[in-house]
Amino acid sequence: MSFHIVVCGTLVPDPLQTLEPVTGQGQPALKNEMMLPAVLDPWAAHALYEAASLAGKTPGSKVWLVSLGPKAKLQQVMMTVAQKAPFELVALDGPASGFADSFETAAALAEAIGGIAGLDRSRMLLFGGWESASRGSGTTLQAIGERLGIGEQFLGVDRLTVQPDGKLEILERIEGGRHQISLLDAPPAVLGWATGELGEPRNNPQVGMVNMRTVMPALQKAKPTPLKGAGLTYQSVALPRQVRETRVVKDMPAEEIAREIVAWVTQD
Amino acid sequence: MEPILFLAHTEADGTLAKGALEALNAAIALGGPLTVGLVGAAVEPAARQIAGCGAARILAVEGEAFAQPRYATDAAAAEALCRAAGASLVLAPQTSRWARAIPGAAARLNGRADTHATAIAVADGAPAVTRWFYRQRMEALLTRSDRPWFVLLESGCAAAWSGAPGEASVERIEASAASRTTVSGVRAPQSGEQTIRPDAKLLFVAGAGWTKKQPDGAAHAGVAEQLILGFLRASQASLGGSKSLVDLSGEGQSVLTCMTHLNQIGQTGATPRHPKGLSTCCHGEEPHVVGWRFITERRAVNLDPNCGWARGKADVVYVADAFEVMRHVNRLLTR
Repeated sequence: MSFHIVVCGTLVPDPLQTLEPVTGQGQPALKNEMMLPAVLDPWAAHALYEAASLAGKTPGSKVWLVSLGPKAKLQQVMMTVAQKAPFELVALDGPASGFADSFETAAALAEAIGGIAGLDRSRMLLFGGWESASRGSGTTLQAIGERLGIGEQFLGVDRLTVQPDGKLEILERIEGGRHQISLLDAPPAVLGWATGELGEPRNNPQVGMVNMRTVMPALQKAKPTPLKGAGLTYQSVALPRQVRETRVVKDMPAEEIAREIVAWVTQD
Repeated sequence: MEPILFLAHTEADGTLAKGALEALNAAIALGGPLTVGLVGAAVEPAARQIAGCGAARILAVEGEAFAQPRYATDAAAAEALCRAAGASLVLAPQTSRWARAIPGAAARLNGRADTHATAIAVADGAPAVTRWFYRQRMEALLTRSDRPWFVLLESGCAAAWSGAPGEASVERIEASAASRTTVSGVRAPQSGEQTIRPDAKLLFVAGAGWTKKQPDGAAHAGVAEQLILGFLRASQASLGGSKSLVDLSGEGQSVLTCMTHLNQIGQTGATPRHPKGLSTCCHGEEPHVVGWRFITERRAVNLDPNCGWARGKADVVYVADAFEVMRHVNRLLTR
């Protein structure tokens, strides 16, 4: 069995950056957003690594990365991402903001996926992060799946195993640190990945060179995709300002500290 | 106020969980005409449980096919209930089951869905939702004109509804049970010990300092693990880990075997809600500290009083060796 794996993922500001919202006319944005260093969204990156791993184990499989973001920033991010795993890029030139409407984003991505030449929908697996590090809503993949007519979907996936009979065993995160185990008879399906079980692949310049042959043309013909955000109004966006008055306890014997902690922990 | 549908799935015993009762209370507080929609194998216990909530109708999609969480059946049930209720605003608890299915139901109805809401209130006659963006680093208040609007409310953000159980009249609604997915079971955490307890009163956060060299020049990960697990057993606290500690585990180093990515809190992990939190050996600044954001009372044990986890973020920081302190804490708790 082979798969056609489409991974949806875009860029987010580097998690270590200090972020500040700015509001003016239209939707809110991040201060100096275009200047912030960006990375591929962490959970989408996990999805990409899992896709590449699965494709590597099932000959005849292929991976596409469909990404909606500002073209110039996408190009920067792809310089690194392209060295991680083999894929073909489908780029859309539009906002990657967390304040964009996920359903509008889904419509644009579904249209782009529908236009991929050679994509066999009967063996398609639609991958992505279960949430983004920007909007963090976990709603985009389901809406894409619905638009593409995929009724089998999974969220918070940590493991996908292809069984000898071709069925797919999927582990999804549920409450209490547990996993729900499901068996899917065959593709197509949508899988929103959590961290998965793979580490970040090392940069492979050879993979990067092969990828860049298709990445640059894809970026050049990226379709302008403005998102209007009609129907969505932000009344306020603010950083939390709460700073606590911290009592610093020095030179107290460990046993006395323990007594104080136990009294606090056991107090209702 | 517009018509509201409160949507809930039942637990294994047929009743509603605390998070669902919190969402119900939030739905009632909005003041619009209320319909209840229930999904599960048998919903009578849940219907009786909330019979006195003042809902005009109680609708249900019921049957064995709807007993287990599964996208195809849950999305079909939510869609059918929303159509039958004719509601424009749908409020449901943030559970893994609804997080998977509700956005798909919203898409089928050409509506919208917002998840991880921390509050919903009426402003100028229209509902407005509060939620966090960029991994809990900024908070926004938003409204939508698209309908139906599905909102998933996080647990711990509203008081749970309580009332006397009673007799309830339930209208059954048909929904498609077709699916190519079979749910075969649930797997417990790999460590063999339950360390994530969402309902715990205390979150215990372990940082990478537990795995570093101690004053004798050696690392003592095994001792650290025993101290941490001993505290969790004695206090029934939930375990969270800083990203650096979890990453060490993922890299296969000999560290804390009880720590997996599921325990990670902060920037790329969870932001759990607990009344109290105790951090030990954590270091770093924002954004890692967002794991603390929804912890009400916070204390820290750290050798560095100026650490970003403690100064300005915790109510109390004890400048001490966590190994020594936790050894005494465990002894006192088990005495």
